[in-house]
Amino acid sequence: MENSLRPDRGSLGRFVLRRLLLLIPVLFGVTFLTYGLMFLSPSDPVEMMLQAQGIPVTPEVAQAMRVKMGLDRPFLEQYFAWLWRFLSGDMGVSLIDGEPVRQMLMAAAPKTLLLTATSLLVTVALSLPLGILTAVRQNRFSDYLIRFLSFLGNAMPCFLLSLLLLYLFALRLNLLPVLAGGGAKGLILPTLALSLPMSGRYIRQVRAAVLEQLGQRYVSGAISRGVRTRTVLFKSVLRNAMTTILTLLALSMGSLLGGTAAVERIFSWRGMGYMVMDAIFMRDYPVIQAFVVWMTVLYVVINLLTDLSYAIVDPRSRKGLGVQP
Amino acid sequence: MTRNRRFGRVRLILLLTLAALLCLLCLIGPELAPNDPYKVNLLQAKQPPSEKFPLGTDGFGRCVLSRILVGARTSVFSALLVVGITLTVGCVIGTLCGYFGGAVDTIFMRLVDIFLAFPGMVLALAVAGMLGTGLGNAVIALAATGWPQYARLARSYVLTLREENFVYAARLNGQSTWSILLRHILPNALRPLIVTASLSIGGTILGLAGLSFLGLGALPPAAEWGSMLSDGRGLMQQAPWIVLYPGLTIFLTVVLFNLLGDSVRDALAPADDTHLFRKVRPRFKKKGTPTL
Repeated sequence: MENSLRPDRGSLGRFVLRRLLLLIPVLFGVTFLTYGLMFLSPSDPVEMMLQAQGIPVTPEVAQAMRVKMGLDRPFLEQYFAWLWRFLSGDMGVSLIDGEPVRQMLMAAAPKTLLLTATSLLVTVALSLPLGILTAVRQNRFSDYLIRFLSFLGNAMPCFLLSLLLLYLFALRLNLLPVLAGGGAKGLILPTLALSLPMSGRYIRQVRAAVLEQLGQRYVSGAISRGVRTRTVLFKSVLRNAMTTILTLLALSMGSLLGGTAAVERIFSWRGMGYMVMDAIFMRDYPVIQAFVVWMTVLYVVINLLTDLSYAIVDPRSRKGLGVQP
Repeated sequence: MTRNRRFGRVRLILLLTLAALLCLLCLIGPELAPNDPYKVNLLQAKQPPSEKFPLGTDGFGRCVLSRILVGARTSVFSALLVVGITLTVGCVIGTLCGYFGGAVDTIFMRLVDIFLAFPGMVLALAVAGMLGTGLGNAVIALAATGWPQYARLARSYVLTLREENFVYAARLNGQSTWSILLRHILPNALRPLIVTASLSIGGTILGLAGLSFLGLGALPPAAEWGSMLSDGRGLMQQAPWIVLYPGLTIFLTVVLFNLLGDSVRDALAPADDTHLFRKVRPRFKKKGTPTL
């Protein structure tokens, strides 16, 4: 009966468990689709591999290779064999140079995660204060100006912004390196290129969320009771707008995963996006598969954490999430 | 009609006219091109804007303006095609799932869950990458990414509409299932879906241009805005106009469609209207009743 005394914790645990169990079929589907996509491809991986290694493709050699790689077995058998190897950490080797995919991922992932983290940080640092500002100063000049700019940012393709930033700061003003290289200085332009368009999108949403809260009765109630506007804003309004902001964070993570590819290409930032583009042009299937599966797993986990954080930030939402009160 | 509403109407009509003009431009673009967009002339490469080449020439001496005009059809119409496909597929699947329920509903909704588990760009990259380069494959990739969202939305609207009195009435009237779906459910569910679709046009243009920029869309030498940018990026120091003008074109087009999307949303789902779907009266009811 300990549970009844601390209902929150117990139900939260059950909620996590349920969500985790629900993930299993989804992840099965994701891996199945990812693996199945290879069979839709018009080109033959065996041929690609042999050509890349400089071996002349004869039917006998190709057949031998196919047997060796297990590609002659039925589809489902291949899928489960692949999934089993994948789960045990063996993601295969690159068809091009025989390098283990695991090693390639390990080299590229930190770079993409770093870029994602800085972009996310800058996006939040821009869109949260500006969103609140525009909501509080609704229909004033600053509101119109920021909304106008955020509208433009929203329409700006990140590859165009990358090129413009590159042109301005690296080629014209010579302030920053053209190629990201890996240093902190090289991180600035890619981060800006990713976060400015995203901020444009999110300023408007933060503004809408805060405005919605500002229209609630509890705000006028608190203010009429003499609570300082600042206190109301930061203690009540922001807390209530938090679910929207958390959703935003999860969404922006979703668009950053994979969305960094163009920016990584432009700045030669050798992260996962850079790697997967190489793999796509070389038809290096194991690399593409590993990229897709890991990015999706990451995204699924982020979504799970977001749902959890709703339950923590806003206890009311637990009902909607199917958690028993 | 309040002043605000009237202003919204005027804005919507203005933007629709602009969008229609843009589509017209896409259609007759090749006729307007001052030069041959595919003619390679290395002697005239990287020329700044001049009378003969109003927006300059690219690294192969091709007229940038002509290529933008010819590429308009590819860039804009493919994006509209993607939105059309996702809307139709999502709508059909969502409506059927929502109305009939049962095993088919369960199967499709689990499929939707799986598709939505992928981050959008990752799925698009995977599909485009596996199918190979080409505009058609890029369209398929973006459509594969987009339909689940519409299916889920359509299903949720239909689930609510299914229980409405006018649907019961229609059923008691002896109308066939298809007639109920087409005349009563779909017109009501379509309104919010059209809002979603019109809001997504700008993003789709960006997505398609992004795939082309990465080399997964239109194949060279075909003119496409995204790939024009990609071609010119090495030459930016010497000839910034190769990148600047196609980029500006993409930007302005997206601005236009985003404004249009906002306007359509305001017109179809006004903020003061708490119900996203105001009932659409079936046509046959009474002559002279307004349809909206």
